[in-house]
Amino acid sequence: MIDEGIATLLPQRDALNTPYWDALNEGRHIFQRCSLCANAWLPPRNECPRCLHDAWIWETASGDARLISWVVYHTAFHPAFAQRLPYTVAVVELAEGPRLISNIVGNEDPEMLRIGQALRLVIEREADVAVPHYRPEEA
Amino acid sequence: MRRGAAVIAGIGHTTYGAHEGRSTVSLNVEAIRKALADANVEKGSVDALFVKYPTSHFESTYGQKVAEAAGLQPRIGGVWDQAGAANIAMISFAVMALDAGQCEIAVIAFADNPKTGSRGAIAKAMGPDEVFGWFGAVGGYAMIARRHMEEWGTTADQLGAVAINARTNALANPRAQLRKPLTREAYRESRPIVAPLRRDDCCLVSDGGAAVVVMGAARAKRLGVTEPVPILGFGQGQTSWNVDQRPDLTSTMAAASARTAFDMAGLAPKDIDVAQFYDCFTIVPILTLEDYGFAKRGRGGAFVTGEGIGPDGKLPMNTSGGLIAETGMPGMQLVIEGVRQMRGTASTQVPGARTCIVSNQGGIMHTHSTLILGEPQ
Repeated sequence: MIDEGIATLLPQRDALNTPYWDALNEGRHIFQRCSLCANAWLPPRNECPRCLHDAWIWETASGDARLISWVVYHTAFHPAFAQRLPYTVAVVELAEGPRLISNIVGNEDPEMLRIGQALRLVIEREADVAVPHYRPEEA
Repeated sequence: MRRGAAVIAGIGHTTYGAHEGRSTVSLNVEAIRKALADANVEKGSVDALFVKYPTSHFESTYGQKVAEAAGLQPRIGGVWDQAGAANIAMISFAVMALDAGQCEIAVIAFADNPKTGSRGAIAKAMGPDEVFGWFGAVGGYAMIARRHMEEWGTTADQLGAVAINARTNALANPRAQLRKPLTREAYRESRPIVAPLRRDDCCLVSDGGAAVVVMGAARAKRLGVTEPVPILGFGQGQTSWNVDQRPDLTSTMAAASARTAFDMAGLAPKDIDVAQFYDCFTIVPILTLEDYGFAKRGRGGAFVTGEGIGPDGKLPMNTSGGLIAETGMPGMQLVIEGVRQMRGTASTQVPGARTCIVSNQGGIMHTHSTLILGEPQ
């Protein structure tokens, strides 16, 4: 029997990204910052994509972010999302600079969102994994 | 490379739509056979074979499998992985190979069967973000469309006008897979797939194969090729980064691709008579109008409904119906329609058209390629 739940979609852990998922599990969202050129980025990489050096540290994000763009899924491309329609996927930019794909939660009408809108991190669980979601800040 | 030094001597394709039970190799061979017949070229003189791998299913050394099935042992060729930008990119590499003395007669071919075969490539998750429900190419293009609409005021009706133009042009094209008119009202009622994109913003899913034969202009003259269509310019550009990593969602390296092609051709947007723009989703031709310099930044949507893209518009576009209505195949059919326009044999012929620009792009606008064709000499 095929497992059609979200469990099959959970992130694959490796040596590089394990600190990222562990930190979320402890309630912190972290990103990488280059020790040489101060560039900040996600998703996890071995080398800084700006200066290409491999000296970097994990830093904890403030949780403040803004909305770059968003879409509303009315079709489930995987059975795990069939019961969640419609749901919102967004490009989110952290106050510290890194960008990531995430979900916007806690908004009743996703068509009322606006680009540039302030967002706030909420860490939620998908099965047994903590993931970063964002909710719109009150105006 | 000198403009017009190489030509498209022949075009060929299978029927568009469903090919139940046909392999992609078989579809490629049919397209190659027809392209060689169109060029009136003996198979034995072909010494280059460039193939785009089928999007549905990757296999290594696929180019050699097509060569074996076509009975060819080319001097140069293989498979090029650049998603939807590959077909024009391969034509440009073939021209560069000709110029460098690496080959004399090149065949460039593509085939796939996602309609009756696997649709896995269309609905797959994008990177490691499937836990957020980030699936399907349509999601990526919707992310770009939303940003464009919010940033520049592009409207759903402007997206719809791109689809309506393609569907209208397809009505006159007996080869088109979707020959059913679309009204503005029907577009507005089309169901959302990933908002802001609706069903009618999305291209077709199609089986089929298509190929072209490229050679030097002098060689085509010696062989007596009828109506060889000169390649005036080509260019490429690589946005490369995923949608979430791009600093700018609404402008792409298609601009570099077009600039390179225009520079080679010694032409500007005002010199172009007809355009075949890659329209996997309606937002793409709107961005292409801007990146290519036909419209100012943010004005692509207004160009579509203002200056116009119909046969009588300022820039007649996608005269065979494009990916939206002729066939969803990734791009070679647009080159073939460009050749037909230059030969004067298109189903919706632009009277007196002397130049045609063709865009290919792939991934979620990760890759771009541009081709400018001229009238047969």
